Amino acid sequence: MTIQFNDETFRDDYSFYNSERAIKRFPFPFHEDSYMYSVNMEQHRGGPVDSVYEKRFDVDEHYVSEMRDREMVLADDPLRCQSLPHMTLAGWDLLELIMVSKSEDYPDLFELHRDGNNWRWVNKPLGIDDSFVFLDETTLPYGPMEYITRQAQGDFCVLDQRDDNLWMDAGMVTTQADWSLDFDIGMNFFEWHAPVPLAHEKGIFVRALKFLLNIQQGAPARRLNWTMTVNPLLDTSPENYHKWGIQKTTLTPENLGAKQHLRVELQTFFRLPRSNALVFPIRCYLCSFQDLMTVPKWGRRLHRVIRDLPEELATYKGFIDNRPMMLDYLSKFDDGLPTSDGIWPDFETEPALQT
Amino acid sequence: MSGAEKIAVKVTDVVPLNDLVTRFKFERVDGGLLPTFSGGAHTVVEMPEGDITRLNPYSLMSDPMDQSAYTISVRRDDEGRGGSLFMHNKVKVGDEMTISYPVNLFSLDLRAKKHLFLAGGIGITPFLAQIKQLERFNGNWELHYACRTESLGSYVDELTSHHPNETHIYYDDQDDKIDLLNLLDGQPLGTHIYVCGPKGMIDWVRNTAAAEGWPREAIHYEEFLAPQPGKPFEVKLAVSNKVIQVGEQESLLEAMEREGVDAPYLCRGGACGQCETRVIDYTGNFIHRDHWLDDDEHANGEKIMPCVSRFEGKTLVLDR
Repeated sequence: MTIQFNDETFRDDYSFYNSERAIKRFPFPFHEDSYMYSVNMEQHRGGPVDSVYEKRFDVDEHYVSEMRDREMVLADDPLRCQSLPHMTLAGWDLLELIMVSKSEDYPDLFELHRDGNNWRWVNKPLGIDDSFVFLDETTLPYGPMEYITRQAQGDFCVLDQRDDNLWMDAGMVTTQADWSLDFDIGMNFFEWHAPVPLAHEKGIFVRALKFLLNIQQGAPARRLNWTMTVNPLLDTSPENYHKWGIQKTTLTPENLGAKQHLRVELQTFFRLPRSNALVFPIRCYLCSFQDLMTVPKWGRRLHRVIRDLPEELATYKGFIDNRPMMLDYLSKFDDGLPTSDGIWPDFETEPALQT
Repeated sequence: MSGAEKIAVKVTDVVPLNDLVTRFKFERVDGGLLPTFSGGAHTVVEMPEGDITRLNPYSLMSDPMDQSAYTISVRRDDEGRGGSLFMHNKVKVGDEMTISYPVNLFSLDLRAKKHLFLAGGIGITPFLAQIKQLERFNGNWELHYACRTESLGSYVDELTSHHPNETHIYYDDQDDKIDLLNLLDGQPLGTHIYVCGPKGMIDWVRNTAAAEGWPREAIHYEEFLAPQPGKPFEVKLAVSNKVIQVGEQESLLEAMEREGVDAPYLCRGGACGQCETRVIDYTGNFIHRDHWLDDDEHANGEKIMPCVSRFEGKTLVLDR
């Protein structure tokens, strides 16, 4: 399917929008009417046609604008992209993984021509046609990880594996849910997850780490995570909290449906072959409440999940103050009917909102 | 499904190196490229024989960047349960076999300023791939390789001719011994030690380095244990609701697989921890052989590693 790329912004005038197609394929993260942490991992090998699970690296209508936003973030703050010296080989691994995947999954948009180590990469949406020598950094304008992640949606954490732990030793992080690569660089799995409430007590991280350490070549995995964002901001970083934090106070009952966004992360995990590192792409999808409410099942369910979420989680996810206003809005879309299992919209079987 | 992804390969070369060691070359049946891998990775080779399928891990020794073929070297173990004998006696050029995707439990620490490799016997194989990987990136390495005799010194000629300055060979029958204390004493800061060989050698290197004050994170080792034969025993699998018999020549893990129980595994050599299984009830004695569980866990009877460990007694009930 040919993709029409939106011309839109994720800052200032916030002209970001989701087409009807984008709403239908939005990765709604709640498979039931309540939410609690779980490791919720599954194999990442395809999914329903045109779902965000279908391809290894999903490319959607926001691609070109997201890459433009990333360029602006990096121009203001180069430390959003860092790679410790021992991670260069992992960067080449990632470059190869993304180039091979995208050229195979979207042949009309991306081409990769390989003759031994002499590679040519064509990225039509961004107008790039570069020839370079694989494994020779001097032939690229940036290091390999930075080069390819300036052309791939979502954040990328490249984790070194040693001493039965994972280490945040490289990354490109410009679309994050309030965490900082510059702060976390060099930390291990338990250190960078230290601020998360409740999950440590439940032993979530011990189990999650064991799972991740055992992810093998050829067998990637995925899960969804979520939070809330006022205005369609990609860059909700601690570094820029003074710019976006205040925007949470601009919510009113009238503008909430348009301004309040559910922010969903499609997190995937791939073992990198040459370096034995693990790459952890975190792809951010945004959808306004008013767009979500066009799916009757999601309207019913989102109200119930937000209503019943433990206070610690609403605080950690940063919307405890706005929760009453959100519930006033959402309750109008919950008629009390039961909902079907799973995350899909189920338009054919779920009844319209009963008023 | 348990274990890593599978690859259908055919055997394209079988080369006896000496009295004990034979090298095997695998290429994809469909003619495609094999995955690249990192030095130190192994593949699990499936060996079907009668109603038993043995799965043994072998280190990949070919160039990690070479996607046309993988090579492994197998040392014949006349006392073992027959996995290596199957490879030596049954496997011929042209045979089709199933191997796993590469799995690395012995990877290089790429932060190291220098990689110091200590190999004993067939333990040389992971280093052959690691050396090829490091050579490509001008890595700093040094190899000390102990063999029983000159005639059993697999790949000695290749190593000494290609890397005369980095390679040091020691023959047991000539009373050559690695001068470990001196060797460790002379290493630059940031050196990492890697040891692969018999258990005695691994313990010797780890204990000596620890006593000399080397940080634990700078000492890497790999020892795949082959499952040992033992007396047959009976196991009740509570989740699958089955009672199965473990034969003399098969491991507990293999017996579960034979009965169609999908038990997790990766290394099948007591190292990776993936097959760890909770014991629900037992009357008898465990024969723990893994080096995943610690001494307390070996004593308390709460867990077993079915890839290498066995049981003697009346009742064993597992959470599987």
